[in-house]
Amino acid sequence: MLRFVVRRLLLTIPILLGVSVLIFVWVRALPGTPADALLGERATPADVVEFNQRYGLNRPLYVQYWAYLKTTASGELGTSVTSHRPVTTEIKERFPATVELAVAAMVFALAFGLPLGFFAAKKYRSPVDHGSLFLSLIGISIPVFFLAIILKYVFAVRLGWLPTVGRQDVLVNAEHPTNFYVLDGIVTGNWVAAWDATQHLILPAIALGSIPLAIISRVTRASVLDVQSEDYVRTAHAKGVPPSQVDRRHVFRNALLPVSTIIGLSFGILLSGAVLTETVFAIPGMGSWMKEAIFNHDYPVLQSGIMFLALVFIIVNLLVDITYAFIDPRIRVS
Amino acid sequence: MRRGTKVGLVLAALSLIAATAALSASNRAQAKDTFIVGAEGDPVLLDGSLVSDGTSLRVTAQIFEGLVRNKPGTLKIEPALATGWKASKNGLVWTFPLRKGVKFTDGTPFNSAAVCANFTRWWYRPSELQGDDISYYWNTVFGGYAKPAPGGNGPDKSLYKGCKTRGQYKVELILSRRSTSFLGALALANFGIASPTALKKYKADEGTVGSDGQFRPSGTFATQNPIGTGPYKLQSWKIGDKLVLVRNENYWGPKAKTKTVIVRPISDTTARVQALQTGEIDFANNLTPQDAAVVKSNSNLKVQYRPAFNVGYVGINQKIAPLNKLKVRQAIAYGLDRKSVVGAFYGGQGQLADQFLPPLVEGYAKKGVPQYPYNPAKAKQLLQEAGEKLPVELEFWYPTDRPRGYMPDPPRNFQAFAASLGKSGFKIDARPGQWRGGYVSGVQGGKAALFLFGWTGDFGDPANFLNVHFGSQTDQFGFNNPALFSLLAKADQETDIAKRTALYQQASVNVMQLLPMVPYVHSTVPVGLRKNVTGYKMSPVELEPYSTVVVG
Repeated sequence: MLRFVVRRLLLTIPILLGVSVLIFVWVRALPGTPADALLGERATPADVVEFNQRYGLNRPLYVQYWAYLKTTASGELGTSVTSHRPVTTEIKERFPATVELAVAAMVFALAFGLPLGFFAAKKYRSPVDHGSLFLSLIGISIPVFFLAIILKYVFAVRLGWLPTVGRQDVLVNAEHPTNFYVLDGIVTGNWVAAWDATQHLILPAIALGSIPLAIISRVTRASVLDVQSEDYVRTAHAKGVPPSQVDRRHVFRNALLPVSTIIGLSFGILLSGAVLTETVFAIPGMGSWMKEAIFNHDYPVLQSGIMFLALVFIIVNLLVDITYAFIDPRIRVS
Repeated sequence: MRRGTKVGLVLAALSLIAATAALSASNRAQAKDTFIVGAEGDPVLLDGSLVSDGTSLRVTAQIFEGLVRNKPGTLKIEPALATGWKASKNGLVWTFPLRKGVKFTDGTPFNSAAVCANFTRWWYRPSELQGDDISYYWNTVFGGYAKPAPGGNGPDKSLYKGCKTRGQYKVELILSRRSTSFLGALALANFGIASPTALKKYKADEGTVGSDGQFRPSGTFATQNPIGTGPYKLQSWKIGDKLVLVRNENYWGPKAKTKTVIVRPISDTTARVQALQTGEIDFANNLTPQDAAVVKSNSNLKVQYRPAFNVGYVGINQKIAPLNKLKVRQAIAYGLDRKSVVGAFYGGQGQLADQFLPPLVEGYAKKGVPQYPYNPAKAKQLLQEAGEKLPVELEFWYPTDRPRGYMPDPPRNFQAFAASLGKSGFKIDARPGQWRGGYVSGVQGGKAALFLFGWTGDFGDPANFLNVHFGSQTDQFGFNNPALFSLLAKADQETDIAKRTALYQQASVNVMQLLPMVPYVHSTVPVGLRKNVTGYKMSPVELEPYSTVVVG
């Protein structure tokens, strides 16, 4: 087990190096330069030269890349060109918003995706099955931002049931010791704040969770169908174990194994979807921050922010794999 | 679970959501003493001298005040922390008597020493903060530093020379040459006077320069403790969430009508409008024409327009023949169907321009301006009088990207103008280009015969429009008229505001007679408000005071 974990951890080094090259090249391939974005249209060529010199943007690319690698490896993630704040400070403030949203989306996807997939398999080829297929197709094919806009328009703007923007109503007084707003409300005993933060999460979580929901329900369905035809299930039925108990103990539990991998992979979908969802709902998370950084050509934010997200993605998948190895000994052996 | 129970649970959940929504709506109704502003983003810093973006400056303008200010809703200069001003005969020493009994919100008294401390601070700015991305307005207005960064402008290039205290309540600002335009600039939020005690206590100028060459402020002046004399003071600021301003109860002037102002960052314009519709905010800044239509159609909302402070024009380079002939330039002016372009492509937010200065800028000429209504026949006739053989071939440059207020869709403007010139005896050779991909450098380098361009003012002074463009010969216009150059120099140097305005009016008319370009649009900016918000006075330079706002 230890060898497995160490090997996977070592593998992250070349992955991160590869990612760093990709990000470095990509942000420089964006049309325009930081000088364009920050100096405005009046800047003279001399202003641009001065700006590039001050921020080291006139050095050869390999020198810039090496400097970027060195600072990133030392843990110093640079300073945002637009806000003049350290990138680490901004990550500390924004990452909780994205995690909170991603967790809410995943909870929504699991709460609805698992039962949907399970019942679709149990009622194989029935209207329930077809209905679930239809719903998953919709979930997968509707772009996240479009769903976000529709949900927001209907439930927030037209019906006025839920808020349209942000993480908390500005008139709610709340402390934020952890920056996870729902948790903050609970920890500080401020139930109004906790409920208000939850309300702000509902629509973004549904929009963002739609794709993982669809995937989870399809995988669960396939997995349940598989497990159902296993010998041990037939044996259990033959022994006269009550059907609900067979479903719970033998079918559902075993069917969950492949689903756990999907959860790890879906995390990537959640991170990319967060860019759009956070923008539509004006949530100050990593996604909306990256979007702004692209418009501002904020190289330090883009380089360090994306690198950080890549690292998070790798770690989450590693954790999922380790958990999986714990659940299923066959992985460890192989 | 029985079917009935399931339905019951769903209904219960929905009604819970609806009930809390109703509850929060009633919360909001109780918060009448709060004005919630939907901004495009977070301020960068709350130190006006270190920023140039509107989002930051709109907030600092509530906290800090300058020596002078723009009379609300106009660009007229009126006293603020100074009670007046007087220039010496040679125009180099400006004396400002100061308001007495004013205190900063940290209790520090406002006096001449405080004013000079601020000017000295800007003048001795550390070299890493002298770039245009940080100190744009100081660079634009005063143009130099006591200790310039390598390659930067030093005292020899600076308009500012020094600040002297004359007793406790009088200061003298000393200039290196005659120029009155700086007075209009002093009304900007960039030149707000900060408490010298707070600047020191909260280490406004301390910071480190990272390995990436960037300055990181280590103090908290610009983030948590901006101390000025304004009608509001900062209560709290959580980036990404909200910035809260509360009324300065010891304000020297009329106290703010609304106790609390909350600024909430919402970068997406559609999201901003939706938040306005639901009442989550009371004010949405910078709407698109489409969003303005949505706001107009909602009976709870209203649109107000920020007066135009820009100009879109068709530039003419006189170095390129036959554009050196006045009659040919007049033919171009008659041949441009400006009215149709402004009517068709500006969503009702464009005003037809008959001169370079926008109407609110001092020096805008109300009479005597030559008019050039669209008239293809007259254009052809002028070309023939100029001895040209029809059609006259001209290169017409236009940008393909970077839409902006005065030019929301540059290619469409070009197509319409090219078509109308085509009917007026010209043959247009289209020259599209990317704004930063050679377009601007080509135009400024004098390569373009005709070109689409524009200008948004930095501060409310005619010099920032006319002197910048037509005060000396440039490659862009290839325009050389010593008489106009000296008229503009004289106007800028004139210290008597009434005489100065008259000189600029004359210059504005002259420009339209000489036609170095043909202006066609001044565009306004719509903002959205809840109907119950009154007293919001629009400012051309975007610095609206929140102290007059009432949320009814």
